[in-house]
Amino acid sequence: MKHRRFKFLLIAIALYLPALAQDQGYFKTGTNMGVQMRLAVPDFKAKPDDPSTAALLKVFNDTLWNDLDNSGIFELASKSFYPTTVPGSPQEINLAQWGGAPVNASLVAFGNLAVNGSEVMVQGWLDDPKNTQNPQVLGKEYREQATEENARKIAHRFADDIIFRMGGGINGVAETKVYFISNRSGAKEVWVMDYDGANQKQLTHLRSIALGPHISPDGSRIAFTGFVAKGTEILMYSVDLGRLVSFPYFPGTNTSPAWSSDGAKLAFSSSMRGDPEIFVTDANGAAPRRVTAFKGPDVQPVWNPKTAAQIIWVSGRTGLPQIYLMDADGGNAQRLTNEGYAVSPSWSPNGQFVAFSWIRHYGPGAPGAQDIYIMDIASKQWQQLTHDGGRNDYPSWSPDGRHLVFQSTRSGREEIWSMLADGSKQHQLTTQGSNTQPDWGSSK
Amino acid sequence: MKQTRTLFTALMMVLLLGACAKKPKPVPPTPPPPPPAPTASLSASPTSVQQGQPVTLSWRTENATDVRIEPGVGKVDLSGSQSVTPQDSSTYRLTATGPGGTQDATARVTVTQPPPQPPQPPQVTESLQDSFARNVHDVYFDYDSYELRPDAQTAVQGDAAWLKQHAEAHLTIEGHCDERGSTEYNLVLGDNRANAVKQALVQAGAPAGQLDVKSYGKEKPFCTESNEQCWQQNRVGHLVLGGGQ
Repeated sequence: MKHRRFKFLLIAIALYLPALAQDQGYFKTGTNMGVQMRLAVPDFKAKPDDPSTAALLKVFNDTLWNDLDNSGIFELASKSFYPTTVPGSPQEINLAQWGGAPVNASLVAFGNLAVNGSEVMVQGWLDDPKNTQNPQVLGKEYREQATEENARKIAHRFADDIIFRMGGGINGVAETKVYFISNRSGAKEVWVMDYDGANQKQLTHLRSIALGPHISPDGSRIAFTGFVAKGTEILMYSVDLGRLVSFPYFPGTNTSPAWSSDGAKLAFSSSMRGDPEIFVTDANGAAPRRVTAFKGPDVQPVWNPKTAAQIIWVSGRTGLPQIYLMDADGGNAQRLTNEGYAVSPSWSPNGQFVAFSWIRHYGPGAPGAQDIYIMDIASKQWQQLTHDGGRNDYPSWSPDGRHLVFQSTRSGREEIWSMLADGSKQHQLTTQGSNTQPDWGSSK
Repeated sequence: MKQTRTLFTALMMVLLLGACAKKPKPVPPTPPPPPPAPTASLSASPTSVQQGQPVTLSWRTENATDVRIEPGVGKVDLSGSQSVTPQDSSTYRLTATGPGGTQDATARVTVTQPPPQPPQPPQVTESLQDSFARNVHDVYFDYDSYELRPDAQTAVQGDAAWLKQHAEAHLTIEGHCDERGSTEYNLVLGDNRANAVKQALVQAGAPAGQLDVKSYGKEKPFCTESNEQCWQQNRVGHLVLGGGQ
């Protein structure tokens, strides 16, 4: 009896395993992660070897390692395996040492950093140590004024050059920005930071309440929600001018603006006619058209980034909020989530997935965990990405589709985190004040 | 020049004559015992007040038959005290008259202007505010709901009745939510709540023109603890006197 039950279990596992493997591959391919190549990144060599160069070199090495480690396409070989002699140029590298055990690298990124007067120059190479005849995959040289900021910038560029070459021609995200809300100045304002949390800067100074920034596809404008004297309105901030530019005020509560991928249209929630509905306007706010017509909350629209012909949004028409999909004119509405409390959709750049925040097992009086999920829109298969407690909300895709940024209370306070689209490499990006509603910009 | 000197000499002589005239004052002849002269004292407390505040005048006299205090008091007891409220700085003068003569005493009271006060709201508004605070009640909601609960009817009927009686009153209905759930979803849920309260009030007979709605979502909670008691306080259609925000 016992033996038979064991046999049954084995068959069940045998049937289940391929399906599981297939599912994971599915999500892996869809998020552009593919097979991870083993990459060695020895510290760059300083020329000359003096203290002023050392400061820049440390910033450069840390940044380059971090960018490549979080790229989603490499497995970084641990530095403890590396040969003791650091190669500063192709003449100095012993390829056999890097390609063989214990490093076993498929690729080596190495080079040197030199400070000449006020200029910093970096030479970087990417070699395939197993191709002894013609190992060089990439050779690059970068020059900038010698500042830590520029050392960081050059590291981002070299990382992105490597990621572009090895990651199927998809641009890296090391030079992209994340827009978010922080209350650290005393009021909720729009802030911006580098994708890795460096260079956090305040943009707006409303001294009121700003919510939910969304950067335009060309990076020139930020649409967000502001509590102003006249009401709760969509406000428009010009990144180029560094100030608010005009956008029409509508009656009622206006919130959660979303740019179409061509930047020509905005969708947002407005109660200008009494009930909160999704409206679509031109990018300047002209010609508002209502596209939903159900009593109850309708909010947080996002456009299909590939076609701009569909909108995913959140509706409370049946009670607790759920994620819905419809044509951009309001037709063919269908529900994507089937239970719990589902909010904050973000559509992946390739159009395949929606990331969202879900309290899947919601029960009376005892809400369950609120975690980030991604769903394959065509099949409605989903995968849970966060498991570490706290309330996790506001996922936003990186332009390469390999990363997500989101907010989490797991540290005890609302802070912004990033992770790879498979849920790995979760890092906290903010530490001062309460930081919420990140939006990953698509341009540099 | 000569004329001036002559004039000066003449003036000096007049002065000297005057002085000399006083000197040989005759000693009075054995007088009959004179009636004792009256004595008087007057004090004010405090000696400095803001306009509109009272001051207490206190006085004592002896050997007087008639005592008057001016300005504004008139005939008073021979000794006593009385409260006065001078509009401006004043010197109160007490005159005590008796068979032995008259004696004066004075007391100075400084009156300062009160600091400029904000214009008093008309009496009507003050009582409107009091009446609002006494009679108008907030409307509470269940989690993730903008449906009015059965127990909200008492508040709604009372609020509507008050609005009908106070056509001059304008109310803003603020929609609030508890901390759970997403920022923007709560913002529109708060909008639905505020509008649900407005509709219920209008259905109960309140004029729609007296009502504004505004959602704060979960941005301005009344209570910041993470428990149901606190969350319930924050799931509310909160009525505020005043409108057009």
